[in-house]
Amino acid sequence: MSLVPFDPVLAVLIVPLVAAGVLALLPGYRLTARLNVLASLVTLLSALALFVVARPAPNAYFVVDDLNIVFIVLNTFVAFTTSLFSASYIAHELETGRLSTANLRFYHAMYQVMMLGMNLAFLSNNIGLMWVAVEVATLTTVMMVGIYRTHEALEAAWKYFILGSVGIALALFGTILVYMAAQPAVGEGLDAMTWTLLLRHATALDPSLINLAFIFLLLGYGTKVGLVPMHAWLPDAHAEGPTPISAVLSGLLLNVALYAVLRFKLLLAATPGAFAPGALMMTLGLLSLLFAAFMLYRRRDIKRLFAYSSIEHMGIIVFAFGLGGSLANFAGLLHMVMHSLTKSAIFYSVGHIAQVKGTQKLSEIRGLTVSHPVLGWTLVIGVIAIVGAPPFGMFMSEFLLVSTTFARAPLLAVLLVFGLLVAFGALLLRLTGMAFGEPSGSRAPATASHAPTFAHLALVLIAGIYLPPALVVWFQHVASQLG
Amino acid sequence: MDGLALDIAHLFAGGLVLVSFMLLYQDRLSALINVYALHATVLALSVAWQAYIQGAPELYVTAGIAIVFKVVVIPVALHRIIRQLGIHREVETAVGMGLTMLAGIGLVALSLAVMLQFTPGANPLAREDLAFALAVLLLGLLMMVTRRNAVSQVVGFMSLENGLVLAATGAKGMPLVVEISVTFSIIIAFIVIGIFLFRIRERFDTVDVQALDDFRGDRR
Repeated sequence: MSLVPFDPVLAVLIVPLVAAGVLALLPGYRLTARLNVLASLVTLLSALALFVVARPAPNAYFVVDDLNIVFIVLNTFVAFTTSLFSASYIAHELETGRLSTANLRFYHAMYQVMMLGMNLAFLSNNIGLMWVAVEVATLTTVMMVGIYRTHEALEAAWKYFILGSVGIALALFGTILVYMAAQPAVGEGLDAMTWTLLLRHATALDPSLINLAFIFLLLGYGTKVGLVPMHAWLPDAHAEGPTPISAVLSGLLLNVALYAVLRFKLLLAATPGAFAPGALMMTLGLLSLLFAAFMLYRRRDIKRLFAYSSIEHMGIIVFAFGLGGSLANFAGLLHMVMHSLTKSAIFYSVGHIAQVKGTQKLSEIRGLTVSHPVLGWTLVIGVIAIVGAPPFGMFMSEFLLVSTTFARAPLLAVLLVFGLLVAFGALLLRLTGMAFGEPSGSRAPATASHAPTFAHLALVLIAGIYLPPALVVWFQHVASQLG
Repeated sequence: MDGLALDIAHLFAGGLVLVSFMLLYQDRLSALINVYALHATVLALSVAWQAYIQGAPELYVTAGIAIVFKVVVIPVALHRIIRQLGIHREVETAVGMGLTMLAGIGLVALSLAVMLQFTPGANPLAREDLAFALAVLLLGLLMMVTRRNAVSQVVGFMSLENGLVLAATGAKGMPLVVEISVTFSIIIAFIVIGIFLFRIRERFDTVDVQALDDFRGDRR
């Protein structure tokens, strides 16, 4: 018997916590960047161990179930690849003097705190704890967005902070309402905030209170998801922060917020007499999709372009869950995973592109495939994947969603397809401008690590061609739970 | 006794809504901060009363935290900041006072209508407290929307958080975890804001958020 029994749930939380403390104290960016990668890798391995060891029984604080297990692994995986990308990205920022070594110490420590917040949000079995975790993740990203201290970065961080706080306040009010609804049925104290107990007693909950709570929770966490009309923070925060943070924001934090919404939707579905949130979610989803699709045409900044694309995809996903039913839910879950991988891969490329060209302006980036073939072509592949063209994974999820929408709500399907096509056109238009033609600006070779981008794009491609049966079974199982 | 206890609880909660209105029409920053301190005092009294009638001693801790941080530390610090920035005499509003007050009245009516209709089953103490809490929350939001100055937006945000604490203490037996986290978040929020304000001061010589808007990257 070992002295300390290995508990993957605790490891996923403790490793980032300890790493954050150590990274805050250590000088030297080479060392800390490597330690950051190492800590992320250990967290990923601990998360993978969740598949191997027997699942711990849910207690008052933590739960591992079908809904969150894949998200935890996805989260830690993208965190690991982003830390690899970050190591090469940050070295360049240090050379150009945009960041100082003191900034970097702070940056690495915050990176791990953010991971802690996100992993905790996924693992928590307590709606209050989940709220705290999302708050921690948000506040750390606020500070990361403002790290360059330029006018734009400060404005972006301030806007993100104000809108994010309002969102989080509404979510807390919703959380309190859920507690109020549960208290007569489940009893006072921690029990009335525990997921597993809430679901078990769902039939005895007060439906009108749960309805009201869900509205607040949807608006509150929906602000974090970046749903229109609460999206104003998202493009700025993506554009002005360091690119690894843009990748993590789009790929992970939006998913965390969406996961919270899904959890409460589960509760709503289990409560008899509660309203069906489908119409509300579909409206918000379609609105986000259409708005973002049109806004894509007017973008002049490469990171803003892909930030709007994130709003578009969050719209698609929320629409899918709003439509409900096992097929649409399946498509929504698959799309969440695929979007996470593809969008972070795109941001890895974008980060290096912005560094070699020394600009984020779309009009000043041309002919990438000629001047920087690897960066240019990975961007091309990434964009083809993100617009939902075959043979990538997003084609499958979008195809599933469109076909099931046509079968069940043809009118909405027309709007959905229209939005998808508008976004498709906008992104391809911008892509041809950037990738082809006479190259502009610096032709200096990029000192980039392409491994993270390749890994993500390969996974998306594999998922598009062959989705492992185990994953399909998991998706189907969770999709049926979501109702 | 029970009726009286309820009445006093409502008195405090209603008082908080009134002070929220007072926040709305302050046009000087230093006065605004003083009214915020009053807001936090009413909150602390309300929380302490809840602790007494619910027999929940841990709520006294929440009341104590409110007194120490929200009534003393934060207002003092904010006063220092605005004096350092030289904006303590500043007068600013984005929307006219009359219109803001009318909107505020509308929001209070809305929150009462919504909460009382949605919660017929809940116990009356929690139910009416929640209605007041929602009103405070919405008034805080209104303040954040109608003000341009970063400091008044922060005060709006903190009054909004006070509404949340009111709601959380009204929900009987809600674990202390949440109250601590609420307070904790305010402290963190305050630190973050403080850093921002100083950086903004460093860079722009203004804390008017509209001045920030001009640097927006995507604007033509």
